Amino acid sequence: MTRPRRGTSTVAYGDVTGTLRERTVEALRDPTLAANLRTAGESWGEARDHMRSEYGLDDMRARARDIRRGNIRRLPELLTELQSNVRANGGVVVRAADGVEACRYIVGLARERGAHVVAKSKSMATEEIKLNEALQGAGLEVVETDLGEWILQLAGQHPSHIIAPAVHLNRDQVAALFREEAGRDDIPSDREALVAHARMRLREKFAAAEIGISGVNIAVASTGTVCIVENEGNARLVTALPRVHVAVMGMERVVADWDEAAHLLQVLPMAAIGQDAANYVNLITGPRREGEQDGPDEFHLVIVDGGRGALRGTEFEEALSCIRCGACLYSCPMWRTVGGQAYGSPYSGPIGAVITPLLEGPSSPGSRDLPFMSSLCGACHEACPVGIPLHDLLVRARARASSPGTRVAGVAFRGWSLLWRHPITYRLSTAMGRLLLRIRGRDGWVRSLPGPARNWTDQRDIPTRWPPRR
Amino acid sequence: MRTCLADAIAPSVWKCARRALARAGVDVRVPRGQTCCGQPAWTAGHPDHARAVARHTLKVFAGTDEVVVPSGSCAAMIVHAYPEMFAGEPEEEAARDLASRTLEFTQFLARHGLDPRPRAAGSVTYHDSCHMLRVLDEKDSPREALANVPGAELVEMERTDQCCGFGGVFSLDFPELSGRLGEEKARAAAATGADELVACDLSCLLHIAGRAHRTGVPVRVRHIAEVLGS
Repeated sequence: MTRPRRGTSTVAYGDVTGTLRERTVEALRDPTLAANLRTAGESWGEARDHMRSEYGLDDMRARARDIRRGNIRRLPELLTELQSNVRANGGVVVRAADGVEACRYIVGLARERGAHVVAKSKSMATEEIKLNEALQGAGLEVVETDLGEWILQLAGQHPSHIIAPAVHLNRDQVAALFREEAGRDDIPSDREALVAHARMRLREKFAAAEIGISGVNIAVASTGTVCIVENEGNARLVTALPRVHVAVMGMERVVADWDEAAHLLQVLPMAAIGQDAANYVNLITGPRREGEQDGPDEFHLVIVDGGRGALRGTEFEEALSCIRCGACLYSCPMWRTVGGQAYGSPYSGPIGAVITPLLEGPSSPGSRDLPFMSSLCGACHEACPVGIPLHDLLVRARARASSPGTRVAGVAFRGWSLLWRHPITYRLSTAMGRLLLRIRGRDGWVRSLPGPARNWTDQRDIPTRWPPRR
Repeated sequence: MRTCLADAIAPSVWKCARRALARAGVDVRVPRGQTCCGQPAWTAGHPDHARAVARHTLKVFAGTDEVVVPSGSCAAMIVHAYPEMFAGEPEEEAARDLASRTLEFTQFLARHGLDPRPRAAGSVTYHDSCHMLRVLDEKDSPREALANVPGAELVEMERTDQCCGFGGVFSLDFPELSGRLGEEKARAAAATGADELVACDLSCLLHIAGRAHRTGVPVRVRHIAEVLGS
């Protein structure tokens, strides 16, 4: 079957360049990356198997799915409830239609408060809206305080995984970055020394920051509380030490009540890294109150639509159920082989391949090829703790994709469907195929074919008889 | 159902499936006018063109009892995707009907407790093809069928549930990544020391064998219908 080449569009995201296919080829040439990803994928697999057998993670999935579907169905009313409860708790709520609006508000706030240093805890929402670039553009110093995110900030890279952003790097690579940043060469590459160094450097920043910015894992509508799950304690400092705390959430992070939140707070770390509970679960209900010792003077909650609202009621609605655990990334043979950076988008892996073009638009040159970077093997659906049928959504996303490549493919498939809906033309074309193989074959194998079939024989021989000779 | 890939590359797959079924006492008909389930266009994101071909398939198999497909992927296409593909179309009922009576070849054998009386074979390793495993949720039927082969010993490979990297149009859009996974699968199969690699999908086997031949990995492949029906 004929097939034009895909992946002619290029992107600009951090130090990411080239087409999607070119980036996969580049990643395939990197043996260190392959080793790092293999280690990460294997330990995730073992931990996850443990969660399945010991805690019945699979049984928790049906309820998690129901909760999230219900949340998305009732999204407008839950957001209204969340908003009024956060305000009643003394917080400020801002609804931003897109990333530009969200960034404008946060930059404006930082200017008004005369801030110079902003400390951030890990947040994919701020990655999505490019908040760091906006703040830095306004002359502020931005410090990522999650260990992985700080490593990437030093490396000038973007996250390769939703919850383990620097999982594609190993200890030696991290030590090299730390040595360069500190201007000394006596930092050993063992885990404890690296963590101790990062802790020392980051503590200085926590003390200096006037504004702390976090993401939100779960927002509880009934009490106006945001939950931030973490393992390092940095989010606790980011949300408590600076005078102003700004939490940024995608609008679909909201759940109805604590019953729902409690279930998802269990499922999230289990699915994410096979951990039965997160080290820190920060529950933030407004700013510091009279008589309280810790916490910021101001709490701002920025709720970003960014294309999400438009997905409700469509064939992509279930993508909004995602709890951003990253399990589909680790389960995906493509992500495990080339890593997240090759995707060239904030969200990588199967969920990234589905939502990035949805949020950016079907003809966005940076993301329109993403849904095609999957063999539709279904491992993502199997791993998803909220049961999103990612392999089906990928097929639907392909039907929605628009690029010169897909238009050419559309013409080719029109021809194909005209031939293959009639037995006579069908038999003629399969006979032609067999004849072509026989003509081009040597010793039972075809080693190269012209035209679009070149992409097949570029990597594989074709047997002229079946079962093939060795 | 013969499947298009068997028609184009390996007719022995559907012929062996027919022979195995006939030996087990099944009255097999192979409708002459059949073409393709439509999956290539469907997964490439061209549902209208896929539907045009699938509509023909609905007609060809209308009024039959059960439809047996020697491919987990084509069977999954009919069972799982046809209801979505024809939702709201005049053929919706016919699509659901066909989906409800379509089975992959070894599923059909298991459901009816059939013995195709296979010839003896040596050691085999079995690759769990993705749609067979995760869409049809089937990993036991092929293994039971192989256990029934005289002399055959099943040697499981590492990560037998990992995708071989074929993935339809993916194999053409991202040939290098697809090739890498195919090579990993071929090496995992070779490492078992089994005489041959068996799977329920010709597409995976064509990709794995082709990649193995290109990279010099010694793997012999056969479709499960050929093991059971030769």
